[in-house]
Amino acid sequence: MIFEIILTIALCLLMLAIMANLYRVIKGPSSADRVQALDSIGINLIASIAVFSVLLHTHAFFDLILLIGILSFIGTVAFARFIERGVVIERKQ
Amino acid sequence: MSGSSEVVGAVFILIGAIISLISAIGNVRLPDVYTRSHAASKSSTLGVLCTLVGTLLYFLISDGYFSIRLILGIFFVFLTAPVAAHVICRAAYRHKVPLAEESAQDELKDYYMENENLGTDHKAKLIEKEAGV
Repeated sequence: MIFEIILTIALCLLMLAIMANLYRVIKGPSSADRVQALDSIGINLIASIAVFSVLLHTHAFFDLILLIGILSFIGTVAFARFIERGVVIERKQ
Repeated sequence: MSGSSEVVGAVFILIGAIISLISAIGNVRLPDVYTRSHAASKSSTLGVLCTLVGTLLYFLISDGYFSIRLILGIFFVFLTAPVAAHVICRAAYRHKVPLAEESAQDELKDYYMENENLGTDHKAKLIEKEAGV
């Protein structure tokens, strides 16, 4: 019983963290702030999925952890290249 | 047996969630993009690693189930989160996002700003000179 309460408290803390990062996504003055905050939201989402899989006591969601990690990294690198050079995939001259 | 797994899992998961919340507070309160990236990348990575290790230990102790996918997830997050923060910071610096007014030192300015319009051979000579010293 206490274990479920602690896991719910951890989920609430992660929700607060996602809300704070969402504030930075909305307000952030530069686009690098927004991309950084979205990457941080992805990482918090990974932690939330891990807590949910402990709470429901199932192994079914572990693929999602790996998948969201990879997608978040690829999206962040693509956005960074777009900010830095204007193109994501460069063309051979 | 079940009690010890719950204790270990609860401690790791609660610590991870608290560190994630501290990282998000730093992401809100710090003044410019570089200090925000410092807060968001390091402590957020530590928080998610604590949570994933807590999950792994919980399933290992309670079920005897050792998840390779979770190990891969831990390894991947540990490798890629600092790289993503580095790439974003470099993009912000090259995009001329200003530093905070409190910051006193900007050592990258010589390399990225003043030599921006020069040729690549000049940059190579500059780097050689710096490496020779």
